[in-house]
Amino acid sequence: MLVPIRWLKDYTDVNVDADEFVRRMVLSGSNLETVEHFGEGIEGVVIGRIAKIEKHPNADKLLVCLIDVGKAEPVQIVTGAHNIFEGALVPVCLDGSHIPGPLHGQPKVEGGVTIHAGQLRGVDSFGMLCSCSELGFDDKVVPVASREGIWILPDEFEPGQDIVEAMGLKETVVDFEITPNRPDCLSMLGMAREASATFGTPLRYPDTECRKVAPEKSEDYIKISIERPDLCKRYCGRVIKDIKVEQSPWWLQRCLIFSGQRPINNIVDITNFVMLEYGQPLHAFDIRTVRGSHIIVDTAADGEKFTTLDGNERTLTSSMLMIKDEGGPTAVAGVMGGLASEIEDDTSMVLVESANFLGDSVRRTSKALGLRTEASGRFEKGIDPNLAKDACNRFCYLVEQLGAGTVLAGDVDVYPSVEEPVTIDIRASRMNKLMGVEISAEQMCAYLNALEIQTSVNGDIITVTAPTVRQDLLIEEDYVEEISRLYGYDKLPVALPKHTAEAKLTPRQELRSLAKDVLTGLGMDEVQTYSFVSPKASDKVRIPEGDPRRQFVKLINPLGEDTSVMRTMILPNALEVLATNYTRSIPEARIFELGNTFFNTGNGPDGLPEEKDALCLAAYGPAENFYLMKGRAEELLRVLGVKGTEFVTESSDPSFHPGRCARILKDGACIGVLGQVYPEVSEGYGIDCEVYAAELDFAKIAELSDREKKYEPLPKYPAMVRDFALVVKEEVKAGDLEKLIASEAGDLLEGVKLFDVYRGVPVPPLCKSLAFSLTYRAKDRTLKDTEVNAINEKVLAALKDRFDAVLREI
Amino acid sequence: MDDRLKEIALKAKEQILGAESIQDAEALRIEYLGKKGKLTDILKSMKDLAPEERKSFGQLANQTKAQIESALESRMKELKALARDLQLKAQTIDVTEPGTPVSLGTRHLITQTIDEITKIFMSMGFSVSEGPEVETVFNNFDALNAGPNHPARDMTDTFYITDDVLLRTQTSPVQVRTLLAQKPPIAVIAPGRCFRCDTPDATHSPMFHQVEGLVVDEGITMADLKGVLDSFAKQMFGSSTRTNFRPHHFPFTEPSAEMDVSCFKCGGKGCRVCKGSGWIEILGCGLVHPNVLKVGGLDTEKYTGFAFGMGVERIAMLKYELDDIRLLYENDIRFIEQFK
Repeated sequence: MLVPIRWLKDYTDVNVDADEFVRRMVLSGSNLETVEHFGEGIEGVVIGRIAKIEKHPNADKLLVCLIDVGKAEPVQIVTGAHNIFEGALVPVCLDGSHIPGPLHGQPKVEGGVTIHAGQLRGVDSFGMLCSCSELGFDDKVVPVASREGIWILPDEFEPGQDIVEAMGLKETVVDFEITPNRPDCLSMLGMAREASATFGTPLRYPDTECRKVAPEKSEDYIKISIERPDLCKRYCGRVIKDIKVEQSPWWLQRCLIFSGQRPINNIVDITNFVMLEYGQPLHAFDIRTVRGSHIIVDTAADGEKFTTLDGNERTLTSSMLMIKDEGGPTAVAGVMGGLASEIEDDTSMVLVESANFLGDSVRRTSKALGLRTEASGRFEKGIDPNLAKDACNRFCYLVEQLGAGTVLAGDVDVYPSVEEPVTIDIRASRMNKLMGVEISAEQMCAYLNALEIQTSVNGDIITVTAPTVRQDLLIEEDYVEEISRLYGYDKLPVALPKHTAEAKLTPRQELRSLAKDVLTGLGMDEVQTYSFVSPKASDKVRIPEGDPRRQFVKLINPLGEDTSVMRTMILPNALEVLATNYTRSIPEARIFELGNTFFNTGNGPDGLPEEKDALCLAAYGPAENFYLMKGRAEELLRVLGVKGTEFVTESSDPSFHPGRCARILKDGACIGVLGQVYPEVSEGYGIDCEVYAAELDFAKIAELSDREKKYEPLPKYPAMVRDFALVVKEEVKAGDLEKLIASEAGDLLEGVKLFDVYRGVPVPPLCKSLAFSLTYRAKDRTLKDTEVNAINEKVLAALKDRFDAVLREI
Repeated sequence: MDDRLKEIALKAKEQILGAESIQDAEALRIEYLGKKGKLTDILKSMKDLAPEERKSFGQLANQTKAQIESALESRMKELKALARDLQLKAQTIDVTEPGTPVSLGTRHLITQTIDEITKIFMSMGFSVSEGPEVETVFNNFDALNAGPNHPARDMTDTFYITDDVLLRTQTSPVQVRTLLAQKPPIAVIAPGRCFRCDTPDATHSPMFHQVEGLVVDEGITMADLKGVLDSFAKQMFGSSTRTNFRPHHFPFTEPSAEMDVSCFKCGGKGCRVCKGSGWIEILGCGLVHPNVLKVGGLDTEKYTGFAFGMGVERIAMLKYELDDIRLLYENDIRFIEQFK
């Protein structure tokens, strides 16, 4: 809501400077967007009257003008604009004058532009005629009559007057953000009410009483029927004759321009002015077009066609409220008028409509038609039906004042169910309790009265009646805010709650944090990627049709395909991240993400999808290999308290290299998969080196996690170590050898470690040599060579027997 | 005989002093003190002496031996020290060469910011609550007192999965979940992802993070709200931080406020970060609307509460002067590692 401070002063006094005004308005609850100062940087620009226009002798597109600027001699100025005429009042930038600019067709220059006398194609020009936007106004507020060139000023000034002073171009405009609970503040009167309460200044209502009404009555010319009182709370109309359409006087144009509205002509301008003043949209019909002189407020017929003011033909539905006459629809109620009933140059009699349409109905219609207007926006937010009559009369008053027509006696006001103000009881003690202060009921009443809320006190009870413009004051708590904000949030005391609960993280939260600690400790960077992805991501990582990971939770209204389904795995996102880094020539990247995945299983609570924690690790770089990634996963699982996991060969996961992939099992249940990303997959992301990754089911890991720890006495007796190397066929798995060693060696085996893998001479082809180190130890004695040797022999025999493992000298 | 001993002692000491290496010194030990050494030889000849001579000679011989041993020992010590110096010198390295990289990874800036906020609120007795990213329309809007025509419900603002299910637009539905699951006293924060229909640009992201907060107990007032959030601001942005509460509007709080903090870049004098105002808007807050408390079945006469919500990206961007929110989701590791 743009509030020009000088205009606001019509309704209440503003006795402080702009900064203080804004500061205190913000503290009392108005939210600031911006403050703009107009008229700055205009110097030496005067009003001039064009005395004579001649063609430029050397240029077809230029004109040479003689301008009366209040001096003895006129000033000669060359211009390229063609909307000027002899006798017109225009802004004249004299030699050495300064304007904010930008100059027509040129870019904006910081600090504005200085105009100098010069020659244009050989003819002297002692300055420049300028446009409205060259004086710093937005294109969208330039008066219609001056859109095509020089600003043709209203004919109410004298040549030679300083333009800033004569036209009041210096103005501070405060843009307030109006929250949805306060549609009453979308009006100058609403803002004036706030300012009046904030500063304790009196509120002045505008004059609405016509002094010279015609003897004819409005009701003789128009009949109004509301067929849908559920959608139209009130319809107030009044008729004006002898309409004279012309430019508005400057004071009115000025209010509109600073409020961001373009002056068009007096009738339209008054409509907009009253809308800004009261917040009540008005509409004017050419009464000749109202067939049967009867306005009927009713819904449209399904499929009915109607052409709106903007020239578009629209198809209506039976839920759309229309303004009709006896021949059919003439306007979409609260949204836009019809092309047929538009005010024309020869219009002599109009009906002004000041109606109240139900916000929800207007919203639905406006949405269905894809048509949003200033009026529809205001109706949607909610307007007090009690404003309709005042706004209608204010319109008529201004028409009379401007000599734009003659107002007929009386109005036609259909108001089936009068909106009554809401009265409730509030407790002063409750106010104080919630605010944490002790202020008297009388003090509270003073704050409320300043907002035109009526009060009466009876002990602790204050009976309050809010004006109907305040549709947001319904319960006790609403009044806490009203009293607090005028008392001042800054003056409320500061305390800390007495009760302090014990703060704790859930085991899951702790585990997530621990996982991040471990992984960053292992040198991996955490990434955060979107929860929504493209369904094509599944193709990129070769997820087959019918896989549960393709049962997406889909968005109805995604921004685009790339963010149209919720992710079921993190790997594709991780690969995207690696690709981003790879294409930026970063030699190595190690990343992880711990986040939600979403499954359309129907098993979630409240009909929601299942959300599961997933953890993805991924890396590329010269040091990366399968075993490094496996080592990270092993250390992570160890710290997270998932013991006894097993990595088994997985050769059919479509996203991974069939020969370099393992499934991670815990007691037979899969908790993740790890390996080299299938080369075509990583290449598909534009990464031309090996990528290793793991996708872990963090939810399952959390279930299996057991981080209980107990002290184990350190060994008292020495260990005995036996190393041996075995030659086995390539396909024999080290993990299987280890398992057999462990089971054969029994309790005295403390640990077994594969410490070397060798291929090549003298190991036969298609074989490999695996060197193990076995540590034996007893808890209660020093082991004897003989007993260890015996066990070791038994182990070797079993290995030979089961895997044909041949002992090799090392 | 005595003279020979003295001569040997003299000669030996001279040679020992002149020994250039540990090996030389070792050779001298053998030459004089070895089984066939010069001193040993003389001692062997002692048996030819008269008994009375033998005693004094023996004493002298022992003295001589001790002298030689001591000389050897001290020379040996010197030589060992010399040798060690030489060895260390040979091992000298260029300490200005770069260290071998042993790099820790880095938590994402969003995580770090949430961690920091969480730590502060936990120190004030807040636990951490969670809710799903895919929420019911009821929890996200209805239960939070946002009427059926609230503009945020529009398809142009909110991502929908079905008519009744959406991607949560705020972490506030966790308030509802907490009220349904817990009895007062309640003090929780809820960090998490939120979604709104914003096309990504320098200042918008369709996915972002919020931290919600909720306190419900008997006798909670606006003063408690101010106290907790002022304390948070001082811990988060520095102890000299001032706060300013401005009236505002949210459907699920009444009264509602926005909290500004004095600019943590310029201290309130006005700079680029605070756009010259000296203040930075940080969060929205207010007393929990009775309609929300009623969803949790609470007696609104007995229990009151306050709630707040803040944007994590906004705080991170202001704090580190990021000029483009997309950097956070692009995950260039050079960006991530700037916040190690």
